Parts: sequence; C-alpha cells; structure tokens
Amino acid sequence: MTRVTVKTTINHRKYELAPDPNQTLLDILREELGLTGTKRGCEIGQCGACTVLIDGRAANSCLVLAPQIDGKEILTVEGLASDGRLHPLQESFMDHDAVHCGFCTPGMLMSAKDLLDHAPHPSEEEIRVGISGNLCRCTGYVQIVDAIHDAAERLGKKERIEN
Amino acid sequence: MSNQSYSETNESADLHVTGEAVYVDDIPVGGQLLTGRVVISPYAHAKIVSFDLRDARRIPGVHAVLAHADIPGDNQMGPVVKDEPCLAADEVTFCGQAVFLIAAETEQQCREAERLIQVAYEPLDAILDIETAMSNDSLMGSHRRIERGDVEAAFAASDHIIEGELRTGAQEHWYLETQACLCVPGERDEITAYSSTQHPSETQALIAGVLGIRRNSVVVEVRRMGGGFGGKETQANHTACWTALLCRATRRPVKIRLFRDDDMIMTGKRHRFLTRYKAGFTGNGILEAVRIELNADGGAATDLSFAILERAMLHADNSYYIANFSVTGAIWKTNLPPNTAMRGFGGPQGTAAIETVVDRVARFLRKDPAEIRSRNFYGTISRNTTHYGQTVENNRLPEMYNQLIRSSDYRERRIAVDEFNATHEFYKKGLALTPVKFGISFTTSFLNQAGALVNIYTDGTILVNHGGTEMGQGLHSKIRHIAAREFGVSLKRVKVSATNTSKVPNTSATAASTGSDLNGMAVRNAAATLKSRIAETIAEVFSEENRSSPTFASHIVFEDESIIDGDHPERRIAFADAMPIMQHRQVSLSATGYYRTPDIGWDREKGRGKPFHYYAFGMAVSEVLLDLLTGRHKLLRTDILHDTGTSINPAIDIGQVEGGFIQGVGWCTTEEIKWDENGRLMTHSPDTYKIPTVGDIPQDFRVSLLRTDPNPGTIHGSKAVGEPPFMLSLSVWLAIKDAVSAVAGHELEPEFSLPATYEVILLSIEKLKAKTLKEASL
Ligand code: FES
Ligand code: FES
Repeated sequence: MTRVTVKTTINHRKYELAPDPNQTLLDILREELGLTGTKRGCEIGQCGACTVLIDGRAANSCLVLAPQIDGKEILTVEGLASDGRLHPLQESFMDHDAVHCGFCTPGMLMSAKDLLDHAPHPSEEEIRVGISGNLCRCTGYVQIVDAIHDAAERLGKKERIEN
Repeated sequence: MSNQSYSETNESADLHVTGEAVYVDDIPVGGQLLTGRVVISPYAHAKIVSFDLRDARRIPGVHAVLAHADIPGDNQMGPVVKDEPCLAADEVTFCGQAVFLIAAETEQQCREAERLIQVAYEPLDAILDIETAMSNDSLMGSHRRIERGDVEAAFAASDHIIEGELRTGAQEHWYLETQACLCVPGERDEITAYSSTQHPSETQALIAGVLGIRRNSVVVEVRRMGGGFGGKETQANHTACWTALLCRATRRPVKIRLFRDDDMIMTGKRHRFLTRYKAGFTGNGILEAVRIELNADGGAATDLSFAILERAMLHADNSYYIANFSVTGAIWKTNLPPNTAMRGFGGPQGTAAIETVVDRVARFLRKDPAEIRSRNFYGTISRNTTHYGQTVENNRLPEMYNQLIRSSDYRERRIAVDEFNATHEFYKKGLALTPVKFGISFTTSFLNQAGALVNIYTDGTILVNHGGTEMGQGLHSKIRHIAAREFGVSLKRVKVSATNTSKVPNTSATAASTGSDLNGMAVRNAAATLKSRIAETIAEVFSEENRSSPTFASHIVFEDESIIDGDHPERRIAFADAMPIMQHRQVSLSATGYYRTPDIGWDREKGRGKPFHYYAFGMAVSEVLLDLLTGRHKLLRTDILHDTGTSINPAIDIGQVEGGFIQGVGWCTTEEIKWDENGRLMTHSPDTYKIPTVGDIPQDFRVSLLRTDPNPGTIHGSKAVGEPPFMLSLSVWLAIKDAVSAVAGHELEPEFSLPATYEVILLSIEKLKAKTLKEASL
C-alpha cells in the first residue's frame, strides 16, 4: 500500500504522518500516537465513542480516513484540559457522576464541547440533540445531560468574570 | 492533573474525563504484540467434515493458526455443566461458534489467513426456536417445579379464570467495550491475562484448564470493564481462553478485542422466554391461584441457564402473595449462541409474567391496575411468605405504594389520561404503576462469599484489594468509602487496586447485585483485623506514656484521621504517624478479610428455603403518549421510588436506578433480536439493534430513594442496587399496553408481547379495532 503524507495538528501539536490511506483517524490516534482516550465502540459511526473535534466540529473518527485530516486541526479528549486545568465539562461530568464505566465519556465530552462552543446556552432539548449520536449503556443519560447543563453555566460565569 | 482533582463518587472519574483510564485495549504493549482473531461457524448446526489450515499458516506475519486438536489441555468452557467446547471439534452447534484461532502481526494478515482456511461442513437440521425445541423434546436438564397449595382446587373455586401466553424477547448486553483480553507470557508456563471479565477466578481456572497448567501459573487482572451487565460473567472466559491459547502457541503477547458485530454474533444474550399462565381470582381481584409455566431458550450450551431459570421461578411472584401457586420451568436447547447472564438474571422474565397476569385481572374487572396490584401485595404481618417458603421481612411495598401514589399524582393523572383518551382519536395516553421485589444473594448458596486483602503502608496510605470487579457500577468507589469509614480516614488516603487473582483468590463472580454486599463485608473484616492490631500497639504506646492510667486497646477509636483513646481523648496520634510505629514494633500492616452470607439456604430439589439474604424493593409510575397511526410513543414521565436501605453513596445508587431502568426500557421497547431461518443473527450491529439513546429517556424523570431504616445485617445498612431497578421498566411496557387498550375503551384484552416494538403495537391496535368493529356489528 502506498502511504500518503498528511500534515495535521492534534491537540495543538503539529504532526507530519505517513499513514495508509485507508487507515482511519481512530486507528492513527490509538495505534500510531498512543492517544487511547478515544474509544472503539462500533467502528461504523453508530455509537459516538470515537468522537473527536475536527476543525471544531464533532466527528466520528472511525469514519474519517487518513487523507481527510490533511490540514485539519484535531482535538481529542486528551487535549480538552489546558494549562493543567480541566475544562468545565470535565469538572461537571465528575461532579454530576456522569461517569459510570467511562467508556462513552470521552466521546460524550467531545460532542458536548462542540455543542457548547456553538450554543453556549443550550436548552434541554438542544443538549439531547447534541448527544443523540452518543450511546451510553450505563447511566440512563440523566446525569450526563445535567452535567452539560452545569458546564454551560460554569462557562457562562467564567466568561462574565473574564470580561 | 490526576492528583489535583478527584471525585468523591467515582474513584477514577478524573482518569475517565481526561482519557487516561486504561481498559484492556488501551494497555501499552511493546512491538511484540500479536493480534488474535477467531474464525467462527457460518452454520447453526453442521458436521465439520474436514479442514485444511496449511495455506493459512503460510501467510507472512501469521504466527499461529489453531484448531481444537492444538489445545494442550481440556477443550472445555462450561462453567457449570461441561457441555461447551472452547473450539468446535467435530460439530458446530450455533452460528458464531469458535472453530479456529489465528494470531498475526496485523489484523489484515489475520483476515487473509482466515480466507485461506478451507473447511468442509455438512449442514444438519437446526432448532431455532422454543416451540421446535419443545416438539423435539430438546430439553436441557430437567423440568423444575416450585409449588404451594392446591392450584387445581383453587381454580375450581375461583370466581374468574384467565389464561394466556406471553413472549419476552432476548436482549444483547451492548456493553460499550466489547469482549477483550490481552495475554502476556511469563517464565516457564506462566501467563498473565488482562481480561475484561466479571469473574477473574473462573477466567483463571478455565485458562489453566485449556492450557493444561496449574492455576498458580495463571494470573488474571481486571482494572475495569467498559460495562458488563452479566455479559462478561461467563462469556468473557471465551475470549480470555482463546487469547491464552494463542499466547501459549506463539510465546508472544496476544490481544483479542472482538469487533462489535462479531461480539453480537458470537456471544449469548438474555434468554427469551415463552410463558404460559392461568390465574383464578375473586371479584375483588385477589389472586387465589396462579399457574405459570416458564420456557427459556437456553441456546446451544448450558452456561448459567439453570440458575437463570431458577431466579425467574423465584420472581414469578414479584410482589404478590399468591396462596396457591405453581411455577414450573424448563430450558430448551436450541442452535443459537448459549444464552447467559444479563442484569436481572431471569428476574425480569418471571416478573413480566406475573405483571401480565395482574394487568389482565384489572382489565377483566375494569378496575384500576394499581389498585389491584396493591390489593395483592405481600402483607407485613400475614400473607407474607413466598411460594418457596421465605418470609418477606421488612416489607416496604405498602408504604412505598402510598408514597408513590401521592408523589406521582397517580390518581389525578389517571383521570386526566382517561379524559385525554376520550377526546383524542389518533393519540392515546397510558399510565402504569409496577412494583419490584428482588431477592439479593446468589441462589447457589455457596457462591455468597468474598475475600479481601488490605495493606497499610508506613506513609499511612491504604491499598484495598478485593475480589469484586469494576464495570461502571461504582463498586470500587463504594469499597473505598467503606474502607475510609472503617479506618476513620479521608478518601484520599485509600486506593482500590485492580482486581487480581494473585492477591485475592477463589472469588465468586461480580454478579447478582452482590458486589458491594459481599466484598464490602470482606473489606470490613480485613479492616477489623488491622484495627485490632493497631489498637493493641497504640494502646501500648499510650500506656507507656501514662503509666498511672493505662489505655485499653478495646477503647481505641479510629476517627478524624487519628487513633484516639476513647477514655482519654487527649491521647491521640495521627493515623499516618502511627504506621511507622507499627513497623518498628514489628506488627503486620497487611490483613485478609473473608465473608460469607449467614443464614441462607436453598433446597433446590424441594424448591423450599431461604435463598435470599434480603429483598430490595422499588416502584415506578410511567406515562406514555402513543401515536396510533405509527405505533410511536413518547415516554412523558416516570416517577421511581427505590429502596437502597441506608445508601453508601446516593449518587451512585441513583445513577444505577436510572441506568438500570433505561436499559430495561430498551428491553421492553426497541431492542429486538432477530435471527434468520438459518440461525444467523440479523440484528448484529447498532444499525439494526437499537439500544436507548438520550431521546428515549422520560421527558420528565423523577427518581428518589426511599428514606428508611438501615437494612439489618448488611454493610453499613445498605442494599444492593444493580439489578432491581431494571424491572421497573415494566411500567413503561404496561403503560404502552394501557394506551393500546384505550383504543377499545379498555373493554378488550390487547395482544401484546415484549419488546413492544412499533410493529407489535400496530398489530395489536389493528386487531383491537377489528374486534371492536365485529362486536359493534353483532
Ligand atoms: S466507534 Fe466510531 S461511532 Fe462507534
Ligand atoms: S458510562 Fe458506561 S457507557 Fe456510558
């Protein structure tokens, strides 16, 4: 298989990679870069466990082929905290016990980040739509929805303080 | 970062939210790692006439291709009955059965090798449903019976009789993390398996079995699972044994992580049941006599089917006193993957049967079903023994009923629902209340035991090892709370280690909701041993300092991060400062603990005894809105009141209630397993098999825990919570049925089965309409 050259930024670090063109972003993250926070749940785009942000939008990394990430900026769960501080979503997931087995958590967080980045004050319905592509078999979702609500509030407060 | 912030509730939440939590597939391994693949049977039933592995073995990068004859030990996986080969030998008995194993450097090489394996099968007749199994007398084990009173005589004396049949469907576990194991070879024949298993000791035993080595050469370690739900109680053993065989053959680390579709095709599910019932009752709706015949689809091997059927039979009363009651059960052998444990373990199927009966009685009498339920509840003083002879102690049902009827505004909403239905032609609403009484303990009594190993280090930190496994139910977090409380120290001081068979041996599965009950007690017992040693030593120290009034070891207390003389509170030492003293004085800071549940016993043959340590209770009210044209429904509101005794951790318990309930809603509504006429699973991917999404949860969801006295004789007065809430989802199923029934003004009994898919609902509506028309034209 001829390899392709891909230039990409992952969690704020620049990479030049030479993957197989049929390798998925999920493969690259987990197998090449050791970023195992992004999970394999179904590998057909149905469970959301592999969700990452590509240029700020949530995407199932199991459906993204290596050439498609050329020139893109990717954020995974490992890049969610910055300067040693957890993102408010990470804090609120902990505080609301939105983590049971935790396998869906990284994907949920990334979908939620996309949501809050684009709709800072989401309604309950918007939150439900925002994570509708992420399956969780443990929690029954209630604590996750609560956590996202709370994170939106925390982000709002933070913004007000910073302004 | 991990040290900066931590959650009081989930001991590894900080790792989960940063992506640092390690599951089997995340364990870093060097360049030696090989990928394992399982080659499965494409037939439900066939003879293996011949096969040729030579071409497959020649592929570059392929290190091993194994068949049954390459197994050095026993080709056997059966956890109870030895009827399940690890790799099929002469015959395959279900689609998805493992036949060959491949280890290669890449997944692609594995697949290439698989293509080159040549097998000649000779297909045989297959049994693919319960009815065919029944007519072929394809019975697994023997018929079972639990009985009280004289059912026939009571039928004859009853005012009314109803009879019917109920089908409840299979359910796929759909743990987010599929079955996975990593095996690493050691010196001589040693092997370490990092397995996603609920039962490390059994996994260890079976690995030793297939490899033909001793158990002290096998270590099984479980850090955590990405969900289990019973699906990794026995069936994680398979993946572990396949991985171990490849590891042994190649002498290299090997990992098998099943692809989602393969996992769904290969592993067993919740048993589907075909239930027949007959009930006799008074004009007031009191059940006088009930006969329930439970028929379970066991699949191709026994697995845990006997215990699952037994639990179904022990829960066919749910919360109701039935003076004359006969429950019979049988497991039928079919050519489908061996069905296995899943949350509730037969309980849901048994409960669904009696709930159907009570629901029908209410409709027959044109009475409110909640009312009829409460009339039949077990009593607190009389009418309080089950059909198997156990007394229902500390019965919370009547008080929970009164509370929930009030807090859910059941009566007002019943009127509102009726009004809505009278004025809407294309939409109907339904409302239902269902209770649950769930027995806590393994019904195989000897399994109710647990061990723990607690180490204290001289810096005052505590490491707790116990036999239970963490699958998201919060067991390790609860154990950490228990240990911290016992030693009177903060949570930060306590860590719970990965479950490891070399630390705590010969354990039972983490199952039957007993994880914290059993392991919590074992940890407490280990802590008690350590505390008495520490108390002795520190009392000595205090006494040496105060010769005139010695400190008594028995009066030492552990609180506030300190060890204190209860009689002289000024004599105190910080917990951490005391530990080096222990070492200097040559006293061990490591202790094991052991626990077995007292006073239980179950005579399987007679169907009599006290199989359960206690019962957990719960109750739910659900309301749905049904679109009669599409069969679609919305879950408008659910109120749950659940009994967890004195909760060790209310946040975890509420999460378990919500999660268990929603998983049950999936079983009751959208999760439909279908096989084709050749026994191939059609619903083998999330494309076609639908577990609940966030859109399926109640629009208004109110969960509360019953305020109650501590549960006597359990760890810190708590009650188990893993499984019981699952059955509360039957309130949704019966609310849908209530809405369907409104189509005919509740005058006719709708046909209904579980899951109530759109198809089932539409068909039921059509039949009701046709019947109503016919009656109108008469
Ligand atoms: S693994 Fe990508 S959506 Fe499931
Ligand atoms: S926490 Fe287990 S799948 Fe969501």
